[in-house]
Amino acid sequence: MTVAISIKDLHKTYANGFEALKGISLEVEQGDFFALLGPNGAGKSTTIGVISTLVKRSSGEVEVFGKNVDTHVYETKLDLGVVPQEVNFNQFEKVQDIVITQAGYYGLPRDLAKERAEKYLRKLGLWDKRNDRSRSLSGGMKRRLMIARALAHEPRLLILDEPTAGVDIELRRSMWQFLKEINANGTTIILTTHYLEEAEQLCRNIAIIDEGLIIENTSMKSLLAELDSQTFILDSSSAINTVPKLNLENVCMRLTDDKSLEVTVSHGRNINEVFTELDKSGISISSLRNKSNRLEQLFLSRLSENGAK
Amino acid sequence: MFANHKYIAFETIVIKEVRRFSRIWLQTLVPPAITIGLYFVIFGNLVGRRIGDMGGFQYMEFIVPGLIMMSVIQNSYSNVVSSFFSQKFQKTIEELLVAPVPNYVILSGVIVGGMARGLAVGAIVTAMSLFFADLSIEYPLITILTILLTSIVFSLMGFINAVFANSFDDISIIPTFVLTPLIYLGGVFYSVQLLPSFWQIISGLNPIFYMVNTFRYGILGSSDVDVYWAFLILGVFIITLYSSCIWLLRHGKGIRS
Repeated sequence: MTVAISIKDLHKTYANGFEALKGISLEVEQGDFFALLGPNGAGKSTTIGVISTLVKRSSGEVEVFGKNVDTHVYETKLDLGVVPQEVNFNQFEKVQDIVITQAGYYGLPRDLAKERAEKYLRKLGLWDKRNDRSRSLSGGMKRRLMIARALAHEPRLLILDEPTAGVDIELRRSMWQFLKEINANGTTIILTTHYLEEAEQLCRNIAIIDEGLIIENTSMKSLLAELDSQTFILDSSSAINTVPKLNLENVCMRLTDDKSLEVTVSHGRNINEVFTELDKSGISISSLRNKSNRLEQLFLSRLSENGAK
Repeated sequence: MFANHKYIAFETIVIKEVRRFSRIWLQTLVPPAITIGLYFVIFGNLVGRRIGDMGGFQYMEFIVPGLIMMSVIQNSYSNVVSSFFSQKFQKTIEELLVAPVPNYVILSGVIVGGMARGLAVGAIVTAMSLFFADLSIEYPLITILTILLTSIVFSLMGFINAVFANSFDDISIIPTFVLTPLIYLGGVFYSVQLLPSFWQIISGLNPIFYMVNTFRYGILGSSDVDVYWAFLILGVFIITLYSSCIWLLRHGKGIRS
């Protein structure tokens, strides 16, 4: 499998002495949908900045599709599309012009640039706004415009730095759908986000960065499998007077209100067994939801472990 | 990057720069035209009539080349300094920095953008001057070459100012405290021969003095300086400033953290 991005022993100390990266090494395979998570100030944006050459690294190496970013500047930049955290387009320019101009920087002839602008603005639901000044767009539209701009030259690797921050849930889900689509078509995606549900829904592999160090780097599946237990909220269609006694080990249960049960199921125990037992007790469950996001539990536990070291 | 891709990137930067100053023409093209128009009316026409001849020409004829050059210098400089600093300030420069555009292409695009505004204002001022003086160009090649090279020099200077600027105050300090005095003392309104010999020598240290006089030579055929010497100075300035700008871009000064 080709490696889309390879980072070796990356260090970055800013001019004010702040050490943002303390030796990060990371590999992301081609075609992956990779999550780079971490709390504020952990070093996520610095890492993206170094990959995109906006931040000068102190030491270490970065390769994009096997090519060094220092010696193969043109090829590596051509393979890379970056959606930054902050809006960084000219707010006085028209939506379409922003995408066409960016395509021009990558050497795309004007006709092709216009074609690409139309393609991605349509896909991201901005075509109707193409002649509007970009400052008139809503926050969610501005983020989608930055995605369209980053895709104008059709890079093989797309890096998104919190692309859905401040975007409402409906729009967020449509953006997820779009990102899944382009990933399925072969674009490798690296995503940083504060919405852990987003990472869990989209990403196959994950790295957690904290205080400038990678503290976890594994597949999403194996990370989630490490959870000892999961807690669900079960809503009943009728009132529950007392907590039923179930003939099951490794299951804890408590009433949260007269129609809801909080059930903690240990790793290895099938939730269907809980339903069966509840049914026997005459409790009919109408809906189920996770008490908290599974990845969130793991994320917080990893950070607290790292903080304790 | 292939040559045609570089050309497209260069063209894109130039189009963006030209579109920027054209979009805000009320701020970029009209004010300098009005200011210079007032110079023509007040200094050239009203005061100039009482002054009489200057350097062997009517005063209005004498100041026209200087005023055209002044507008080109100020506008080439201010276009680059304000455009590039705004891009830094709004972080829109990142659009360009993440793309595979070589530094010399970035610089060339920005400089040609500055030249475009300088020359556009220069053309407006030239057109206005025709209402006040009969303008005939003695040496067209020298005239065009001088104005082009001068706009390159001041676009490059504007770029360096923008790179080092950290606030909007920083982009007005050099034009106000350095550029304007040098332009006014550069022989726009008077012949250096009117000055005592000591001040003539001091004027010789002002690069704008050479540019204004060479341009005047191109139009009127008369100058206070040796034209070849002036072109040598322009060449040295361009090479030095261009190398400095490329060095600053390569080291990401002010644009990469």
